[in-house]
Amino acid sequence: MSQTLKFKLETDENARQSPVRLVVVQGEQRPAVEVEDEPQVMTMPHLLVREGIALITFSLLLVLLAIFVDAPLEEMANPQKTPNPAKAPWYFLGLQELLHYYPPLISGVLLPGLVVLALVVIPYFNINLERKALWEENRARKLAYVWVSVAVLSAIFLFTGAHPVWPLVIPLWAVAMVMSLPAVFPQQGRFILWLGNRSLAFWIFLWFLIASVALTVIGVAFRGPGWEYTLPWRDGIY
Amino acid sequence: MATSRSILEAITRNRVYRSIVRRGLADTNRNRSLAIFGNFFLHIHPVKVNLRAIAFTRTFYLGGLSAAAFFILVVTGIFLMFYYHPSVPRAFEDMKDLEFVVYMGLFLRNLHRWAAHAMVALVLLHMVRVFFAGAYRPPREFNWVIGVVLLLVTILLSYTGYLLPWDQLAYWGVTVGTNMADAVPFVGEQIKFLLLGGNSVNENALLRFYVLHCVVLPALLVLLASVHIWRVRKDGGIYLGSPGGEEKTSGSKEDDISTESKAAD
Repeated sequence: MSQTLKFKLETDENARQSPVRLVVVQGEQRPAVEVEDEPQVMTMPHLLVREGIALITFSLLLVLLAIFVDAPLEEMANPQKTPNPAKAPWYFLGLQELLHYYPPLISGVLLPGLVVLALVVIPYFNINLERKALWEENRARKLAYVWVSVAVLSAIFLFTGAHPVWPLVIPLWAVAMVMSLPAVFPQQGRFILWLGNRSLAFWIFLWFLIASVALTVIGVAFRGPGWEYTLPWRDGIY
Repeated sequence: MATSRSILEAITRNRVYRSIVRRGLADTNRNRSLAIFGNFFLHIHPVKVNLRAIAFTRTFYLGGLSAAAFFILVVTGIFLMFYYHPSVPRAFEDMKDLEFVVYMGLFLRNLHRWAAHAMVALVLLHMVRVFFAGAYRPPREFNWVIGVVLLLVTILLSYTGYLLPWDQLAYWGVTVGTNMADAVPFVGEQIKFLLLGGNSVNENALLRFYVLHCVVLPALLVLLASVHIWRVRKDGGIYLGSPGGEEKTSGSKEDDISTESKAAD
């Protein structure tokens, strides 16, 4: 394996006189080159037809929506007249909901910044690449780590904000409980087995996902004048 | 059948047609291959695809549908630009004109609005799908990063468009958001001023958001999305969790749905 190969590196501008003779195929960094014995089909028509169906269905749904539901338009912008509540578009309402608990520096700058940073670095951590089944080994120790972390995070989100941040804490508890099931009841049917095969990365992302949805849904539908709780059928959405 | 085929052949067997499309009917695998790699728009696809890769339930076509939403947005957006002036109070009056004067103007605006919301949702769902599939694994790490940037650009596109109707919803939605910029330490006020062209949301902000929305951000999105798609193709297409067993040896049981279900069967 570690046989030393003697290469002579020559560089020359004239590609005709010095044709390239060496091709280095790197492992791992290239797509798989080995032939896999899997069913393959011609892109035309198999994929193109599927894409066409997807495109037409999607366009049709949008057109129907556009025919039957009008885009909202209120009166002309008036800087003197602040609506109550003034809401951002739906994809920012999770952040606006956080603003209710933490000062803007934390909820508007620090937390979204951390979320973006966390998303960007996902593929650069081995834990996210290997995604080993969480409960495969060291079950008891891991269980302790998980619940200590849950306790610390719960304490942070319950006591550091202006109000307890239940939209983060309840999903945290729910996810922690479900993820612990395989550790507490090992080998109990297919579902538990499936849960046991999930990785820590999976669970953390799931918490992030459920918490984001919870914050957004609360912000969109359950917040009325003065950012007090309300019901969507009483004060409407937005 | 025979007649429709002869009609098709009559259309495709002449010098003019062949100068545009350099092949005959896609009735042989050779011509089907040529249909893909001889076509500028389709060459992002390989000529053959793995059957597992094109199953709807693998990707839900979320990336492709995001692109479809963007295409609809470009078309409707260009039409809307014909009727829109980024100035106060003309912008709002143009909304009223779209509703009451312009032929199908309301439909145009509705379609643009709903496609915009759909695109944000689709891009978010695409990211979630890619995460759960583990498709950010090497060599695709950087493509994931590009994807995160594309998500941000998509949200910014939607957000800059949100101000353009210049109604109460637009004005206060953007005011709430840009007030966040104040919270950025040290340079918050400067960032807000740069973004709005003033200290509050006003006509300058409308113009800036308009230019960002119609020129800068779409151009950036097209550029990044092109790189994004190109890299997917260069990395071997849709991530399939390598049935060769790369993951099995590393001890991971996750994501490898096919082997998992095979083992269960």
